[in-house]
Amino acid sequence: MRHGTSIGRVRGLGSSHHGAHHWLVQRFTAVGNLVTVLFLIVSLIMLPDLSHATVTGWLASPVPALMMALMIVSTFWHARLGLQVLVEDYVHTAGNRFAVMLALNLATFVGAAAALFFLFMVVTGAGTPAPAPAAPAGGM
Amino acid sequence: MATRPLSPHLSIWKWGPHMAVSILHRVSGDGMALVGLAVLVWWLGALASGPDAYATFSAHAGSWYGIVVLIGLTWAFFNHASSGIRHFVLDTGAGYELESNRLWSWVSMASGVVLTAIVWLFIIVEKGI
Repeated sequence: MRHGTSIGRVRGLGSSHHGAHHWLVQRFTAVGNLVTVLFLIVSLIMLPDLSHATVTGWLASPVPALMMALMIVSTFWHARLGLQVLVEDYVHTAGNRFAVMLALNLATFVGAAAALFFLFMVVTGAGTPAPAPAAPAGGM
Repeated sequence: MATRPLSPHLSIWKWGPHMAVSILHRVSGDGMALVGLAVLVWWLGALASGPDAYATFSAHAGSWYGIVVLIGLTWAFFNHASSGIRHFVLDTGAGYELESNRLWSWVSMASGVVLTAIVWLFIIVEKGI
């Protein structure tokens, strides 16, 4: 089962036994992307307009909010796997490859966390200005 | 890079639809990863920040270059989805015969363009952009 020397595996030059996992997760997330991104495209087309109130009202309702949360996780995960293949194909020096993979992993987590946090803000209405208070009885 | 002889790369092969669909799968996928996800985070951030930030996003998204990027991302999605479904079929071990491989390569690429055209024609006709 093992290919290469122990030190080769440690350096990431031999089989790391994660190839099948990478391949499978790439396909699982591909299906997730297909469903959730189609949901986003169709939903945006079907909205009566794309004003801030309309879009946040749509996004804050349960099903769209859940679908967008799933889309964020699935697309960022899939993008990270796909960009990893790009890096492995075109970045040949071990040190450079390590640095680029480090940056890729950080960027993936930062991007996905930011997107999920912004979604949370929209769902809780944290970014929406409060409606103007009703005029007190008797006026000013 | 090694100075020893390496296997021939893109420049040496005769171009065919199977090569085109392969490189377009990578271009559209990595394009969405780098540009599409950035636009997604910007869009969500603008929505979360309030109407003023969203107005700035909308002004860029609705400008001529914004429309170009959005049409490009739409094509990238449908192209990548179409050739991705082709990959699912290839994963089963089917579709490697020369003629069917060539045919479904063309179908994948055409499907990406046609679906993008349908979506944007719908947007133009129904919304007047």
